[in-house]
Amino acid sequence: MRNPQLNKHGELQHLLTLDGLPRSIITQILDTAAPFTEMAEREVKKLPLLRGKSVFNLFFENSTRTRTTFEIAAKRLSADVINLNVSTSSTKKGETLLDTVDNLCAMQADMFVVRHESSGAPHLIAQHLENTGRDHIHVVNAGDGRHAHPTQGLLDMYTIRHYKKEFHNLTVAIVGDVLHSRVARSQIAALTTLGVPEVRVIGPKTLLPTDVEKMGVRYCPTMEEGLKDVDVVMMLRLQNERMNGALLPSPQEFFKVWGLTAEKLARAKPDAIVMHPGPMNRGVEIDSAVADGSQAVILPQVTFGIAVRMAVMSMLGSH
Amino acid sequence: MQIPDAEQLIAQLAAAMRPHVTPDTALVGIHTGGVWLAQRLHALLGLSQPLGSIDVSFYRDDYGAKGLHPQPQKSEIPFDVEGAHIVIVDDVLYTGRTTRAALNELFDYGRPARVDLAVLIDRGGRELPISARFCALTLGEALSAGQNLQLERDDSGALTMRLIHA
Repeated sequence: MRNPQLNKHGELQHLLTLDGLPRSIITQILDTAAPFTEMAEREVKKLPLLRGKSVFNLFFENSTRTRTTFEIAAKRLSADVINLNVSTSSTKKGETLLDTVDNLCAMQADMFVVRHESSGAPHLIAQHLENTGRDHIHVVNAGDGRHAHPTQGLLDMYTIRHYKKEFHNLTVAIVGDVLHSRVARSQIAALTTLGVPEVRVIGPKTLLPTDVEKMGVRYCPTMEEGLKDVDVVMMLRLQNERMNGALLPSPQEFFKVWGLTAEKLARAKPDAIVMHPGPMNRGVEIDSAVADGSQAVILPQVTFGIAVRMAVMSMLGSH
Repeated sequence: MQIPDAEQLIAQLAAAMRPHVTPDTALVGIHTGGVWLAQRLHALLGLSQPLGSIDVSFYRDDYGAKGLHPQPQKSEIPFDVEGAHIVIVDDVLYTGRTTRAALNELFDYGRPARVDLAVLIDRGGRELPISARFCALTLGEALSAGQNLQLERDDSGALTMRLIHA
């Protein structure tokens, strides 16, 4: 079966997940993002690539950072951006997801940036567009349920490449709530595709998927073991809003065992970088001293996120 | 056709430009051939402004038809464009669309006082009202649409023109 993300010429048609996305495409996105990072120094921070195109930000779930950076990225490519506040719109009146999409297509949409609390919603939209012969409309997954958050995974890879240059000699640790994290799933897919030899996951057993090692990672039961000599520490947010039942005693307990402090970080290589997809829970998964420390690259991640989203949208919009 | 000698053309181009540039004149090469050429001219003319370079991939008018270049280069304009005298440098002038894209990109950095165009070869075939102020050679016989002249650089840094059949 053809990869639903690629068209018949092997070009990116939709960005739905990093799982199964060819290494060549991931690398092409990172390479394309590089010149976009220079834009901030210009008088006019605009390129004409998506001039005349309409990008619909379709967020069925709250987000500030992701929606804003997608909006900035689209605007810097000269697209018209329409933000739909779906929680106050017709979905609440009973309209189905695909009816909403069809209505927006009738308004000449060229691209949908979709965030949804249900895993697979962007897939469903992409499939619907294909079944109805609307190949010129593209879908970008901006986070679906526990499934995937591909642009976050890509901007994390961009950040790692920026600081570490190569992937083939790295040890990377992902720490925290992997179970509820679409970010972690996208990170693991990208890291393994790009050839990182050792990806570790660290966290309480209750917050790890039962078959976590099938994802090609090594499970480490303690921070002491898991952080030893790593090049990159990727922290995850504790996702209270997605938890059902008592998986954790308390945030304070979590911080004591799994929170990243300077003392625990000292186990990593001296030049290790610390990443976090945001929003941070200070004093829960990360100590303020580390979050604001010299090894943290959390704010550059945000800046690189704009360039990476520009790269994805310009590649999609080019055919 | 006889392939022109690139090194000879570079010397001629520098000679044509010399009376019209000051040390403050800024050169901007268009990737990739134009950048190599601009590096040579920069040295030959003894200019003091740092060299600029432009990749017009993001400004092309055939983006919708041809898609994005798989590996766009960074554009670098390391001087203040506002009020500057700028010479855009390219190896071959053909339809004029690349020059149009470069001008658009340049103006996103500021408002130059004056912009000129310098090329090694004008092969005709213009589709836009653009002409080069400095040009070392104007081809008498037209190339066919599938043929392309382009500058190449070997490991020693020597530049040659090559005829490519698409």
